[in-house]
Amino acid sequence: MGEAIVITSGKGGVGKTTTSANIGTALALQGKKVCLVDTDIGLRNLDVVMGLENRIIYDLVDVVEGRCKIHQALVKDKRFDGLLYLLPAAQTVDKSAVKPEQMRDLITELKQDYDYIIIDCPAGIEQGYKNAVAGADKAIVVTTPEVSAVRDADRIIGLLEKEKHMESPKLIVNRIRNHMMKSGDMLDIDEITQHLSIELIGIVADDEEVIRASNHGEPIALNPNSKASIAYRNIARRILGESIPLQPLEEDNKNVFTKIKKFFGVR
Amino acid sequence: MKKRQNVTIKGTKGGLVLHLDDNCSFQELKLELDEKLSANTRTQDDRQLIPVTVNIGNRYLIEEQLEELKQLIRQKKNFAVDEIESNVMTKDEAKRLREETEVVTVASIVRSGQVLKVTGDLLLIGDVNPGGSVIAGGNIFVMGTLRGVAHAGCNGNEQAVIAASSMRPSQLRISDCINRISEAWQSEDNHDMECAYMNENRQIVFDRLQALMKIRPNLTRLEGGH
Repeated sequence: MGEAIVITSGKGGVGKTTTSANIGTALALQGKKVCLVDTDIGLRNLDVVMGLENRIIYDLVDVVEGRCKIHQALVKDKRFDGLLYLLPAAQTVDKSAVKPEQMRDLITELKQDYDYIIIDCPAGIEQGYKNAVAGADKAIVVTTPEVSAVRDADRIIGLLEKEKHMESPKLIVNRIRNHMMKSGDMLDIDEITQHLSIELIGIVADDEEVIRASNHGEPIALNPNSKASIAYRNIARRILGESIPLQPLEEDNKNVFTKIKKFFGVR
Repeated sequence: MKKRQNVTIKGTKGGLVLHLDDNCSFQELKLELDEKLSANTRTQDDRQLIPVTVNIGNRYLIEEQLEELKQLIRQKKNFAVDEIESNVMTKDEAKRLREETEVVTVASIVRSGQVLKVTGDLLLIGDVNPGGSVIAGGNIFVMGTLRGVAHAGCNGNEQAVIAASSMRPSQLRISDCINRISEAWQSEDNHDMECAYMNENRQIVFDRLQALMKIRPNLTRLEGGH
């Protein structure tokens, strides 16, 4: 029996879809069987970020309305050997096409076959959010170090805490710009975690590579050299229960000496 | 056997006290009261009104019965019913009284969009985040950081106070008085262990927590209530 994790944020544009794609990819890299579910009906784009758009035949609404079987709608990611699948959202109808009970049944069915179901939640707190949360066991809240994003995350956490079937949500702080945080122009991580007072499961630096990769339909987590990729892989390993310290945020402008010291483990 | 008296009249410095027996029926009581008050008719029309306190012991009277009793006494002489005392109250009244005076303890974080409302005093173990609000009929005490909206004395209690370990609200209300927090005040560094109350000019003002013991001595409930 697998575990369903919903990725949500309240505010739009903080990186829910990117996070979903990369956590899913990183979990598959760890050898887990993963199914990504896009619940942003009418505004789907998880398929684009994953580069699977042109292979969609059926979608989530087709499954719910009984026009096809679940396995027919699932799009297999060929980069992984049968470990990563995507259930795409419909593009022609809107969020009211699905009811929370239907979502719950769908996710329960998927949990039989997969280790992890990653549910990409639409922005907002209306029908789409309710659908996405209905079948989930756990939640990850994505926020950026901006006051408005933190405020919406706070609201979402409040709503998630009322869902009795779910564990306490975990937090990802996305798009961190270290120099702005240092100068005090951005909320710092301590401030955010103190304010939201939920467990921090990962921090991801703002990285142009992320945008480039998602435009090419290749999740950044596939590229082992990027900082953001390591961050996502670490999050995946924390989901698996490993305890990994947070990445240091320092930029690469350290001098050679400190690098050597670090190499030898001297602090 | 001498018949037991249902109505006893006593004179005190503050006027008359009528003790009404609580074992007889209300009908009997009314009859006897009527009799007693009519009996000693030394007409003193020009005299001023005499305040009367009625003690009805362990009898519970509904609103109409109370009114009936008052009418009866007022008709007779130049009596003015000051107060009707009873030893008993209904469960509803007791419950309301308890709700109004009890301190409700809540351990949670009031997040954006959430509203926490209590009838009595609120003791919140946790924070109030921006966009969240706490409302109480009485006082509000926040053990964590108050960043949202707090409304104390929402039923018109102007004596209500708001206290927080870290006072950084976006807005405070006491009774019907609203205080918008200035940016300058908000950006000041240290607002730990502070309280807010309404002063004589009906303005909400801030002070150190310790000032409350002078400003609102009634907050102390150690010696069995007020």
